[in-house]
Amino acid sequence: MNTNKTVDLSKMEQVLEKYKNARGSLIPVLQIVQAEYGYLPEPVIGLISEKLHMSIHEIVGTATFYAQFHLKPRGEHIIKVCCGTACHVKGAKKVLEKISETLEVSTGMTTKDNAFTLDEVACLGACSLAPVMMVDEDIHGKLAPDTVGNVIKEIREAGVSR
Amino acid sequence: MTNETMHQQQKPNPQTPKIIIGMASCGLGAGARSVLKSVVHELEKQKLEADILSTGCIGMCAHEVLVDVIFPGRTRVTYGNVKTTMVPQILEEHIGKGEAVKKFGIAQMYLDDKTVIPYEGLPFFDEMEMNKGQKKYILRNCGYIDPDSIDEYIARGGYAALEKVLKAMTPKAVIDEISKSGLRGRGGGGFPTGEKWASCAKYAADEKFVLCNADEGDPGAFMDRSLLEGDPHAVLEGMIIAGYAIHATSGYIYVRAEYPLAVKRLKHTIEEAKKRGFLGQNILKSGYSLEIYIKEGAGAFVCGESTALQNSIEGKRGMPRTRPPQSVEAGLWDKPTCLNNVETFANVPFIINKGADWYFKIGTEHSKGTKIFSLTGKIKNAGLVEVPMGTTIRQIVFDMGGGIPKKRKFKAVQIGGPSGGSLPESLLDSPIDYESLVGAGAMMGSGSFVVVDDTTCMVEMARFFMNFCANESCGKCPPCRIGTTLMLDILTRITLGQGEEKDMEVLEQMSDEIKVMSLCGLGQSAPNPVKSTLRYFRDEYVAHIRDKTCPTATCVALHKYEVTPEKCTKCQACIRNCPVKAISGSTTEAAVINKEKCIKCNLCYEKCNFLAIK
Ligand SMILES: Cc1cc2nc3c(=O)[nH]c(=O)nc-3n(C[C@H](O)[C@H](O)[C@H](O)COP(=O)(O)O)c2cc1C
Ligand code: FES
Repeated sequence: MNTNKTVDLSKMEQVLEKYKNARGSLIPVLQIVQAEYGYLPEPVIGLISEKLHMSIHEIVGTATFYAQFHLKPRGEHIIKVCCGTACHVKGAKKVLEKISETLEVSTGMTTKDNAFTLDEVACLGACSLAPVMMVDEDIHGKLAPDTVGNVIKEIREAGVSR
Repeated sequence: MTNETMHQQQKPNPQTPKIIIGMASCGLGAGARSVLKSVVHELEKQKLEADILSTGCIGMCAHEVLVDVIFPGRTRVTYGNVKTTMVPQILEEHIGKGEAVKKFGIAQMYLDDKTVIPYEGLPFFDEMEMNKGQKKYILRNCGYIDPDSIDEYIARGGYAALEKVLKAMTPKAVIDEISKSGLRGRGGGGFPTGEKWASCAKYAADEKFVLCNADEGDPGAFMDRSLLEGDPHAVLEGMIIAGYAIHATSGYIYVRAEYPLAVKRLKHTIEEAKKRGFLGQNILKSGYSLEIYIKEGAGAFVCGESTALQNSIEGKRGMPRTRPPQSVEAGLWDKPTCLNNVETFANVPFIINKGADWYFKIGTEHSKGTKIFSLTGKIKNAGLVEVPMGTTIRQIVFDMGGGIPKKRKFKAVQIGGPSGGSLPESLLDSPIDYESLVGAGAMMGSGSFVVVDDTTCMVEMARFFMNFCANESCGKCPPCRIGTTLMLDILTRITLGQGEEKDMEVLEQMSDEIKVMSLCGLGQSAPNPVKSTLRYFRDEYVAHIRDKTCPTATCVALHKYEVTPEKCTKCQACIRNCPVKAISGSTTEAAVINKEKCIKCNLCYEKCNFLAIK
């Protein structure tokens, strides 16, 4: 993850070359940037502005509308705790509180060691396994406040999700 | 199929046993990957041979991980709640000897080949509590075929409808057929699909678009995800047929960001369909060409609304706009555009194959066909059910759903998510169709069906949905932006014990104002959960406001930290967990909380399994 290091723009040059003349390309481009850097670094936004001929305002305006995009660096693993209806009814709040306590961060924040960012989402589409969370792209279901600490511990130890 | 190309997928040998693992999101979430690993490992260890295949969601999500085994000549057996520890025995007996392990098996089913021999003492899939009464027309392939294999889809009649349409039907004939079937949109509003197509077809333009709404923003709904992950070709086929009917030049599938597996499947599906000539230039040599692209959403509920969705595809903030013009006239990039939901498209090939007259016979007078619901919350058999329109709520909750777990009582079902309403016990026998639901104060919505029991506080539930709507309001129109926030404030106050007598009236009045003044469906329907809970559960509001109590003891701020002696089972769980030793009692005496010592940490309430502390 590029956090303090300077941002390498060369990869983006190629991507932007491909999308330069396509319609409606801003969101796919931002998605690629988000996936590549984990957030939308300022210099990259500048580059997008130049290549797609859009103002910075327009880009940031669009980016901040969507929950997926972030203007600040994020942790190595993203934990998305579902707070959708089915999970809510099955006690998601307590699971979230427990995770928050275990990681010592509140929603939207990143742990000090930069390992985890904790997010809330509304429904991961695995409602029958409620309460549910997604770590990176993996879904973990049937969570309980008593056991969720172990799941986090496993991920921390394995370095990758299950 | 005419242009069948040889393809990397080797044809499975019918003489080799098959192990089919449910690898949709629900299966993966329950641990399908470790089961797969253990299957691979055990096969090798026991020196057995079998083909390992994957499939989508068969709807019995409460039993995931699901593993099916087909032994040559025998029925397909489904094992439920499979743990890695069960794998060695299943492989040894079933793959090795052809004997099903009955204690782990939950059902068996015939294959398309009906001559296979069943196992004794195992129930048939269709006779299971959850599946009786269902009509799996649209879900017929989900959890049955390998969604990544176009051959398996074709083998079950896939792309026959497209072939028929392109070779033997004019676009107008297709629209007439869909109109005649009575199909209505499954994305929420229930707009007649044929009518929408017809109004889009009449506009001529150099470019026209067909869009698939796979945003599935309703928290608690996962039918569209299951279809996309379990039978993606059916959705694509329906979309191509729609494209042909309205003369679309290209199409987009707008999928929500939280569904990475569905996106992956769809990409593969589109590629495969193109390779076989079902999509792209000159489809099946008919002269009709269509390109379909995937657009990933970026996390905004309002982007499920049609004009917001189009703005999002254009790369802008996903905000709705005023209508007219309607999208069918000037939608995406100001070109005529037709948007339908995933499930709506999945119905299309089915209707073409079966014929509109046949389809028209299923359902009620004004709601035809089946509807898929995601059954979740406090329900025994959580999962997917597909039922004919007109099925009653009771049938779904108690027959297919198996009722409420832990011997608790049914209280309400929320149908239609944040735009819908909570329906109480007295409405259990009302039929599910578009009109009846609206009349009862809910709406079909996309198909979420969240059951709550007598431990759920309905005021808190209404607050939950209002919080969702206030968060997701795009902010463009003030009635929605400010109205939802003000209503949320009132609801929050009530749950904190600071409600005032006039609050209920204010909420009712604001509900009506927001409904008529908001720009799009989000605001227009945001008050529905409040209205329906005020209508059916008014006494709970009164209890919070007047008596400052929460009847279900859910609202922490209203807890009095008193033990109801009649409910106390003297288990002493509260006594053991109290950090300040404020609780006394014994095996013979009910617990008593010393209010002077109590620090209101709420632990005793959480630890009590009998709701004896209020
Ligand atoms: C706030 C809001 C969210 C919506 N979300 C969805 C959605 O997630 N999926 C969907 O198919 N329709 C959604 N709709 C309904 C669509 O606007 C549209 O009516 C529907 O996709 C049309 O397809 P159909 O006629 O096949 O139902 C939403 C509407 C509103 C107002
Ligand atoms: S509500 Fe949590 S996964 Fe759907």
